[in-house]
Order: sequence, then structure tokens, then C-alpha cells
Amino acid sequence: MGTLDTVLQLVLNGLAVGCIYGLVALGFVLIYKATELVNFAQGDLLMLGAFVCYMFVVWYGVGYWAAFALAIAIVGLFGALLDATVLRRVIGQPQFAVVMLTIGLGAIFRSFASMTWGSEIYTLPTPFSAKATRLGGVTVSHEYVSIIVGTVVLCGVLYTFFTYTKVGVAMQAASQNQLAAYYMGIPVKRMFSLIWAISAGVAAIAGVLLAPVSLIDVNLGFIGLKAFAAAVLGGFGSIPGALVGGLTIGLIELFAGTYLPHGFKDVAAYVVLLLVLAVRPQGIFGAIGRKKV
Amino acid sequence: MRFLFKTSYGQELGLFRDSVQRNWYVALLGALIVLPRVLPDYTGDISLVFIYGVCGLSLMVLAGYTGLVSLGHAAFLGIGAYAHVFFAHDLGLPWVVSVALACVITAAAGVVVGLPALRMTGVYLTIATLAFALIIQEVFARWDRVTGGLKGKPVDKPALFGVSFASELAFYFLCLAVLAGTLWLTANLLRSATGRAWVAIRDSEIAAQSMGVNLAVYKTMAFAYSAALMGIAGALFAHKIGFLAPDIFSVLLSIQLLLMVVVGGLGSLHGAVFGAVFVAILPVVISQARDSVPAFVAAALAPLGTGVSHGAFGMVERFVKQPGLEPGLLGLILVLFILFEPLGIYGRWAKIKLYFALFPLYKRATFRRQKAYMRSERLR
Repeated sequence: MGTLDTVLQLVLNGLAVGCIYGLVALGFVLIYKATELVNFAQGDLLMLGAFVCYMFVVWYGVGYWAAFALAIAIVGLFGALLDATVLRRVIGQPQFAVVMLTIGLGAIFRSFASMTWGSEIYTLPTPFSAKATRLGGVTVSHEYVSIIVGTVVLCGVLYTFFTYTKVGVAMQAASQNQLAAYYMGIPVKRMFSLIWAISAGVAAIAGVLLAPVSLIDVNLGFIGLKAFAAAVLGGFGSIPGALVGGLTIGLIELFAGTYLPHGFKDVAAYVVLLLVLAVRPQGIFGAIGRKKV
Repeated sequence: MRFLFKTSYGQELGLFRDSVQRNWYVALLGALIVLPRVLPDYTGDISLVFIYGVCGLSLMVLAGYTGLVSLGHAAFLGIGAYAHVFFAHDLGLPWVVSVALACVITAAAGVVVGLPALRMTGVYLTIATLAFALIIQEVFARWDRVTGGLKGKPVDKPALFGVSFASELAFYFLCLAVLAGTLWLTANLLRSATGRAWVAIRDSEIAAQSMGVNLAVYKTMAFAYSAALMGIAGALFAHKIGFLAPDIFSVLLSIQLLLMVVVGGLGSLHGAVFGAVFVAILPVVISQARDSVPAFVAAALAPLGTGVSHGAFGMVERFVKQPGLEPGLLGLILVLFILFEPLGIYGRWAKIKLYFALFPLYKRATFRRQKAYMRSERLR
């Protein structure tokens, strides 16, 4: 295997991993843009999505695609419920309270998952499992391709939704200026619940796409920590930024794992994050400025 | 209700509000001194409460008084612990010197984290400290020569000035002394100009800056002081657990430390101590409940017949014996506190005290927020 092939292989795998980070980061950004809440439980929603899909496929024998859709619907609904019952109450409270609240919720979800599905490690059988195509010297695993294609399709769908549908535009309005949107007759609360639903649904999609690559277990949600790095890198309020940040982190991680000494793979994302924050505190795509008094 | 008339500047400057309050604290100290005689079996556990108290104090200064939320304090605890063990065991320095050096090193680490933190606000800072903690944890695992790596590192019992503190009782008093000392130091610091500057930064950075508070200096100072306290706590913690391994100082420990200050009550030194007591007692209560709840439920359902009661016993027992229950319960407590008592245990205590002080005239609205509105941190 030549050097070029190695690099190409790393780029492919890095992009696939990066897509997952990007999707989770996208979830953070959607919620943050709308409500200025930072959801530390996003990774745990991803974990729930993977488990729900696993449950339908393996326990109840539902087909993969139906289980995929059910997982998105259930986790999305759960996200909307979460907003309506819990998170709406903390809007306007200090950032700190929200961080702690979502960390607490994440712990509850993990606990719930380990009690419902057990703390073993599972594999999700998919139509893409353990299949690969060789292109020159590069092994193209179908699981990775499914992740990349899934992400691209999802981004297209979300872009169309936010740009061309009435609800999507209303959501944009609600996240730009709540009060003005409210005066224009947009049901802001319902929009926020819907945004939570979309964000949780995106997390579920990321979970199901990730499941065949990384095994499913209760601690799957800790991938959310790396997605934070991605979101911050992209400047927390920018949707393209989140995706670019995710891809960057994915690539950096794989290259660091191959070319740097052992142990760098796990921390590379965080080192980059700290460096970026030290140089550009608002992230690469974030707006710079000071609050006006 | 008691009214306080101050007749001299001395009273205004005193650490305690009046002699009554001072006498209560003296009584509390006395009670803590005789406590090991009353509860000899729990001496070790109570010294852990004191260590947690120092940790809580450290995080309270940063999160509760300066408004900088750190999700990386387990890393400072770890740096303190490893540094102390390295100096005291590997280099053979005296205990006090070693702890002092550990403090200096953690304070320096605090400055290193604090400096980039000056330019970050809110959630960026939280995530940056989280990233720092994850990196440091990896360093603990990889830097074999100093930390012993994944194999871990055993820790001896402390000895000060040639006096051994190997017994649990002696260690108890050492921890008590450290907690009392740090509490006294922090209480004094918080009512000085520095403390007021910290509180000003917490309440509004822009207002503080307009009043001439140098944000860079005071934020770095808060980080350094908080980290130094964590260094002392780390040294004691190392002796307490007797064995250091990298996975002790995980994100979960950082979260537990934050839980402590939130549950105790943000923005009060009492809160730090209440939170420490709470976090230390909770696992004991949970394990007690695991043993007694199924029998209790069965007894309560006994009138419905043995079949029902047996079934319920089995079901409840299977539920409470789940290993994943405890972190979920911690999370639930955290969520409930944030939603229903954002001021924590200390807030509840203050409310109860006020209720009796004002007896027939207490109004619930005294503590209610006037208006909850969205405070935007956006620039446009």
C-alpha cells in the first residue's frame, strides 16, 4: 500500500467519522441558535437513537429501514417532549443552570438505557455491514459510505426545509428574534419544540449511522464531547461551521492516530480545540464582537 | 426578629455578624472535634467530607463567585494529587513543602487554563476546561515516570514534622484543620476588594469593567486561587484514597464536583460545605435504600395478599439492584434541584430561617424571581 493510498484511506475514514461529529454538532448548533441553550445531552440522544433502532431490528425483527425511521420518530418526539416539559422552564436562567440540567438529563438517559437494554455491547446488523469495495489501493467500506451519503442527504433535506418551507422559515425567524417572530404570529414555543425534535432526530440518525462502525453501548454518548470540539471549532452559532468543524476534527483525529505517537488520537481533537479557542475565541466561523450596552 | 445595631467599625469589619453567630460556629467546631468519639466507625468517611468541602470551596470561588464554570476541576485535583505524591515520595521532600509545591503547580496550571479563558465567555470556557481535563487525564495515563501510568501509584500515609498521621483519627483532624483554614482564608478573601471584584465580574462583566475592575487580572486570580485550593484538596485526597490511577480523575468526577456546588447552593460558602456533606452521604443513603426499600414495599403491600407482596418485592428488588441506577439518581437530583430549588440546600436553609425569623409574615414571593426573561448573549 503506497503512501498516497494510505492518505486517501485516512481521508475517507476521517470524513466518515467527521460526518458523525458534524451531525452531533449540528444538533448542538440548531438548539443553540434557537434557544441559546447548550445541550450537553446531545450525545446521549444519539445513544438512545442507536439503542432504539437496535431494539427494533434485533428484538422485534423489524426491517432496518423501518427501524431507522421509527428510531428517528421516537427520539424526535422525545426531544420535543423534553423541551415542552423540562427545558422550556430554564430559558432565561444562567447558562450554568442549563449546562448542569442537561448533564443531569444525560446521566438519566444513560441510566435508563443501561436499565432497559443492559450494559453489554451490541452490534447492529445493517445492509452495509462488513461489505467493502476495493478502489485501487483504497478499501471503501460500505458502512463509511453510508455515513457520508446519509450526512449529505440529511444536509440537503435540512437545507431545503429551512430555506423553502414555511415552517422552516418561521423557525429561522424564531431563532433570529423571538419577540419579532411572536409579533408576526409565529407560535415560538411550538417552533422551539420542533427544533428540539429535529435536533434529537438528527442525533438519532447519527446514532444509527454510527452504530455499525462503533459498537452500541451505554457510553456511546461520550462522542458528544468530541462533537463539542467540532461545534466550537465552527463557532457555535453556524450550521455550515458545525459540519466543517466535524469533518476537520474527524480528519485530524485519524491522521494524528496514524502519524503521531500513541495516545494522541484521543486527545488530538481537544488540543486543536484549545489552540483554536486560544487564537480565535469565537471559533473559526463565529462572529467577533462585544456586547453592546 | 432580631435587629442588629452596629456601633463601631470593628463590628462592621468582623468575620462574623455578631457574637451569637460566632458562638454557633465555635460550638460547631467543638462538635466536630468530639464527633470522632461519637461516631468512631465513620471517621474516615467524615474526613472525606472535609476533603470534598475544600474541593467545593475551590469550585465555589470560581463558579459561584466569579461566574466561571469549569468542567475540568478533576484535572486540578489530579495535578495536585500527583504532584504531591511525586514530591513527597519520589523526591522525599517534607510534607508541608510538598503540599506547598503541589499548590504552586496547580495554581500555575490554573493560570495556564485561565489565560485563554479570559477571551472566552460562557459555554466556550466550560468546553475549554472540559477539553483541558480530558488532555490532562491522558497525560496522567502516559507520563509513566512521574504518575506511574495506568498501573497507578500507591500513596503512603502522611507525616508532618516527623509526626505520623497514619491513624484515621489523626488524619481526620488534619483534614478538619485544612478545611477550617481554607474556609477562613476564603471567607476573608471574599469580603476583600478581590472578592468584591469577583462578584462584580459574575454579575456583569461589562459593568465590572466599566467600574475599573481589570478582568484579566481578576479572572486569572480566581482561576489560580481555585486551582491552588484544589491542589491542597488533591494532596489530602491522595492520602485518603491511598492509590492514584488516571481514571479516578475523569469527567464524571468533575461533574460530581459541580453537582456539589449546585446542590449545596451557588454563591455561598455554606453551600460548598452542605454540598460536600450531601455528595458524601448520598451513596451511603442509596446503598442503605437498596437493602431496605424492597422489604418496605413488600410490607406496605402485605394487606393485599402474599402473592402481590412477593411479586412487588421481587420487582422492586430487581429494579434497585440495577448497577446503572446510581448515576441516574444523581442526574435526577441535579435536574430537580435546578428546576425547583436553584439556590440549592443553602437557599432552602435561608428560606426556612427567614420563615421563622418573620414568623407570621413570611411571604413566598421574597425569593421568587420577579421576571424570567431571556438574557441574550448574542451580539447581533
